Amino acid sequence: MPHEIDAILLEDTLLNLDELTRSCQVSREWVIERVQWGLLLDEDSSHTDPAAWLFDSRSFVRIKRIVAVERDFECNPELAGLVADMIEEIELLRTRLKAAKLDEN
Amino acid sequence: MEFKDYYKTLGVSRDATAEEIKKAFRRLARKYHPDVSKETDAEHKMKEVNEANAVLSDPEKRAAYDQLGQGRGFQAGSDFQPPPGWDAGFEFSGRGSSGAQAADFSDFFAELFGKQMGGGSRQTHHRMRGEDHHAKIMLDLEDTYHGATRSLTLRMPKLDSQGHTVLAEHTLNVRIPKGVHAGQIIRLAGQGGSGHAGEAAGDLFLEVHFKSHSRYRIENKDVYAALPIAPWEAALGATIKIPVPDGVVEVRVPENSQSGRKLRLKGRGIPAATPGDLYLVLEVVLPPAATPKQREFYQTMAQELAFNPRQHLGV
Repeated sequence: MPHEIDAILLEDTLLNLDELTRSCQVSREWVIERVQWGLLLDEDSSHTDPAAWLFDSRSFVRIKRIVAVERDFECNPELAGLVADMIEEIELLRTRLKAAKLDEN
Repeated sequence: MEFKDYYKTLGVSRDATAEEIKKAFRRLARKYHPDVSKETDAEHKMKEVNEANAVLSDPEKRAAYDQLGQGRGFQAGSDFQPPPGWDAGFEFSGRGSSGAQAADFSDFFAELFGKQMGGGSRQTHHRMRGEDHHAKIMLDLEDTYHGATRSLTLRMPKLDSQGHTVLAEHTLNVRIPKGVHAGQIIRLAGQGGSGHAGEAAGDLFLEVHFKSHSRYRIENKDVYAALPIAPWEAALGATIKIPVPDGVVEVRVPENSQSGRKLRLKGRGIPAATPGDLYLVLEVVLPPAATPKQREFYQTMAQELAFNPRQHLGV
């Protein structure tokens, strides 16, 4: 009988830059560049110390998407950021569509 | 264990160039992208495509794989055990596939190339923390209202007694807290890949998704449900009892309501730190006009109410 473990939500213990880079298998520079280019976090973050950055569930999922698109298509980061923006938009619209019962699937 | 025909997975010939393999992989990566694909089972297909690409795009792995298949007539799906020492003369540098990705791959991949994956390596003697693994978890709406314990079965690469890498199944019972919502990440410390030389195991990150529900739709922390009402309840107003995810409530339908009107029950959505709201969308349902008496009622309404719902259309 496996023991029970408590699920910890990322919102309760946000990831710092080192934890994020380890988990997503990217370098610190990779993340710092994309924050500076406005692809991750908000614009104000690029003027703050990376050691103080914290990443929530949304950033985590977004980074994983950008990593996968850049890797699979060997594309430039801005294009991967644009793809991530569009996927987020599609997700939002699909959720609204379902909430409005327009999509029974 | 089934033999995997990686060339067939990518739809390329055995003498395909690296460029052809790359093109085929990109085409399929676009087709099966799990976030946008309309193909059924896109996620599973994407894993197979990733696995095939991890082998065929890496010259060392591809050469070893080609040697394995040569002249032995393995077909996709045929029963397969690698001959002893099949990989003699090849040193896999571990490029191209991370342990985290490889945890998604098949037993076939694990047996052939698993020696560099998590779970101990004959080439990795340096101290290294285990890799973090990523997966999805499907929850029911009720789980977030009441909290729940969910059983998860994961496949982890491990070394067996003969030193072969196998994907061992590993079951975890996870207590899901109340108030979790779609897109949130759950972190399970120490449940990822094993560490090397005494270092800590990695963590497991689970992305929360909800199964579709027959009555409720979820948008972020808000929950939507249809509330069917009779025409006189809509017209005259009424107090109605309705089951909601966390019990039964009485709601007041204001008079002169129409279909589509939303009633907001503040704080009765997903019970997060800042709870969402529950929206009841009114749906006026007409009684049937099946019997002569029912038809007579409708005819009386038509005469007495003199109502034209298309008046604003100017006809």
